[in-house]
Amino acid sequence: MKLKKKDLLGIEGLEKEEIELILSTAASFKEVSTREIKKVPTLRGKTVINLFYEPSTRTRTSFEIAAKRMSADAINISVASSSVKKGETLRDTALNLEAMNPDCVVIRHSSSGAPHMIARHLKSSVINAGDGAHEHPSQALLDMFTVKERLGGLSGVRLLIVGDIAHSRVARSNILGFTKMGASVTVCGPPTMMPEGISAMGCSVSHDMEALLKDADVIMMLRVQLERQKEALFPSVREYSRLYGLDAGKLRKARKDALILHPGPINRGVEISPEVADGPWSLILEQVTNGVAVRMALFYLLIGGVKE
Amino acid sequence: MDNKGIERALARIAHEIIERNRGTENLVLLGIPTRGHHLARRLQKKIEEIERGVNVPTGAVDATLYRDDLGMKETRPLKEMEIPIDIDGKVVVMVDDVLFTGRTIRAAMNALMDFGRPLAIQLAVLVDRGHRELPIKADYVGKNIPTSLKEDVRVHVEEIDPASEVVVVPLGA
Repeated sequence: MKLKKKDLLGIEGLEKEEIELILSTAASFKEVSTREIKKVPTLRGKTVINLFYEPSTRTRTSFEIAAKRMSADAINISVASSSVKKGETLRDTALNLEAMNPDCVVIRHSSSGAPHMIARHLKSSVINAGDGAHEHPSQALLDMFTVKERLGGLSGVRLLIVGDIAHSRVARSNILGFTKMGASVTVCGPPTMMPEGISAMGCSVSHDMEALLKDADVIMMLRVQLERQKEALFPSVREYSRLYGLDAGKLRKARKDALILHPGPINRGVEISPEVADGPWSLILEQVTNGVAVRMALFYLLIGGVKE
Repeated sequence: MDNKGIERALARIAHEIIERNRGTENLVLLGIPTRGHHLARRLQKKIEEIERGVNVPTGAVDATLYRDDLGMKETRPLKEMEIPIDIDGKVVVMVDDVLFTGRTIRAAMNALMDFGRPLAIQLAVLVDRGHRELPIKADYVGKNIPTSLKEDVRVHVEEIDPASEVVVVPLGA
């Protein structure tokens, strides 16, 4: 069993069996990060380039640590200090990087489809680390991994995603991933943040968070992009927080063993209150730990074998 | 070789391990998954029966990530890695079903070194089929089976296979 494509561009292009392979491989890699010597020689001599056109701490570091723990050489390019500032096109940047023979290019870009475009031009593997409001497949994989590890499986799990669904690539990838694995997904948020026709992706839609909490095994809170507040998507931060923020009061209406996820970075006191974020059912930091294992698995499965 | 033969060979190896190490102090058994891990558990049981009251830590060491043919073949699925205790200063007996080129053992030793510095590493195998490509030799051998390169040696264990047996089959069968 192996991945069918050279790239990981989205959850959309993955089959259920491929997701299962990634998750079970990640389970093996999780052990490596607990060792005193956190390194295996598996990807010695391979080169990974992290090309980030958007700011990121968690995801970029996670990909870098994953590559280094596999003994690959990881090079980070942040756009602020690159030729992009001099007007180079994305395609030219990609072709120039390819001329240096990397094995994998990890890209984050504010335009949906940017990773797909460069994947067509490059022989090396391309991993989408977030493209616009489209997909963020490694995040969805680590979310599925985290839930599977806690609940034993994903089939029949009831996932509630709360927040700005319209602008969230995390939500999109998770809806695709969890439904593929047999979970049921409900999305919830203010009407201004709910894209029309989202139910066509196989999820149900609601605007009443309190009513949904009791039926959720997993509650995934999305970050409110406060920088979007000038678009007037919600009247005030306080009102958003009251209706769609997860605090101790709302949590009492949820199942006692409901798992709480958040892709980070969190806005404390906006979409999630500190006592919930730091509480016993919050898996927020566990998600970060698992992210490294999942990305190690992706590198192993994409560039660890023979090149075709 | 049937289950009786396998059990007899393992019983002898268990005695040899105890004799050579003058007991079981500092001993750790690490099987190479999948079948080596099952054989390691069987050896553990036998050693603990012979030396009443002792407890021999037993686990598994997966060599996959350390193999030298990774970039030459399709990616292999990873197997279990269970190092039950700190192996610094311990005598680690690695257990595998078939010793062939020696490349898996080389990889497993490299994996072990990442976990610590054992006092010694010894190797127990159920079958030695020859054709070594590296300077590696087993300390305990259940049975030497001379084979041709056109053959394959398969060890089955009843823990996961229909029956315990060792069979020699044509390559690719």
